[in-house]
Amino acid sequence: MSRYLLDKFLFTVDRDPELVERYREDPAGTVEWWEAQRANVILNCVDAEKSTWLEFTDAERRALTAHDHVALFEMGAHPFLTLTLFIAMFERDHGPLEYQIAYGRAMKHLTLPYPDIAT
Amino acid sequence: MAEIAAVIASTHHPFYYRASTSTGPARPPFADEWVSKIERFRETLTMAEPDVLVMVGSDHFHQLWLDNMPQFLVGKAPWFDANFYNEEREFGLPRMKLRGQEDLAAHILRDGLDRDFDLAFSNELRIDHSVTCPIITLRPQADLPIVPVYTNIFAPPLPQPRRFVALGKALREIVESWDSDKRVAIIGTGHLSLELGGPRQFGEHGPDPEFDRKAVDWIASGDLQGCLAEVTLDSLHAPGNATHGFMDFMLMMGVAGDGCKADYVDSLDLFHTMEAYFTWYPNGDPNR
Repeated sequence: MSRYLLDKFLFTVDRDPELVERYREDPAGTVEWWEAQRANVILNCVDAEKSTWLEFTDAERRALTAHDHVALFEMGAHPFLTLTLFIAMFERDHGPLEYQIAYGRAMKHLTLPYPDIAT
Repeated sequence: MAEIAAVIASTHHPFYYRASTSTGPARPPFADEWVSKIERFRETLTMAEPDVLVMVGSDHFHQLWLDNMPQFLVGKAPWFDANFYNEEREFGLPRMKLRGQEDLAAHILRDGLDRDFDLAFSNELRIDHSVTCPIITLRPQADLPIVPVYTNIFAPPLPQPRRFVALGKALREIVESWDSDKRVAIIGTGHLSLELGGPRQFGEHGPDPEFDRKAVDWIASGDLQGCLAEVTLDSLHAPGNATHGFMDFMLMMGVAGDGCKADYVDSLDLFHTMEAYFTWYPNGDPNR
């Protein structure tokens, strides 16, 4: 379980307009590239001084590749990061607030307590 | 010594800028009422004639990240660029640039550390909508220097609610002990009940109107004891998964003082969340 790495993916994609589009159009390719090239980069260090131990589990890779925001929520990915990025990718395909409401409705089966988001 | 011109606590709604500036069919039906409430609220700061603004807010994973996450942080820099690409994208917020008040920032850091608050600091901080929203609503000309104070209400483990209150109380004393003739307004923004990215998001109202009603009462009446007796890190999950932002309101109750009633109270029930606006005048209401 690497909630931190899920959050790092969502955070680094969400802040980069090119990556937002790339993840929307090619989720499998983006997740594979990101895990190989970016997952271990420490954001405030030069690339040569990267970590050596961060990787997704199969379930995490699948959830990201499937754009499955419900699974990400259930895994404890930070809900704000997921929501912001998914709005950026998919709100454009819907009417006003339609996407946000459907996004919540897809999680109606979830009750308190929600999954832990601590990293 | 510096004088506290006003203490202000508010929600920060990133959609206000777009709602208030849109025209024609794009203008939401609630925009006019919202704008008139904001203009009345703005007047409470204008009348206080502040020279400097201490701005309490929280970075929403813009600059601060999980590899190095401060609990409480003071921005000390001559300038603060503001708003990020994803806030422009989602909320239509403009890029902004605000002057910093480094003398006050240095004083808050030194005195805060000496009072056992291990404050982090940043000499290059790009601030986000938790600070720019209240600038847009309360001081749209953005002409006053600021000292941003960031709290972690976002990335657990979080400090306890009582630490937010204690920091608010200390911040009041720290600002009052600043060797300056400036008039300082302390402005903080947070949330009432709020759900983001969960099943209760974007409803007709905030996710927990009963919590919102109680919260407004606590703040308006300065009922810190009642609030602290009920609010815990665990209890804040129940009203909505982003309700820990209420702890910034608790910090501002600490600034305003135990038992101090707000001089100005207003609220607005919107879809998704309730807006709430409070002003205290510790040295007397400039209206009277």
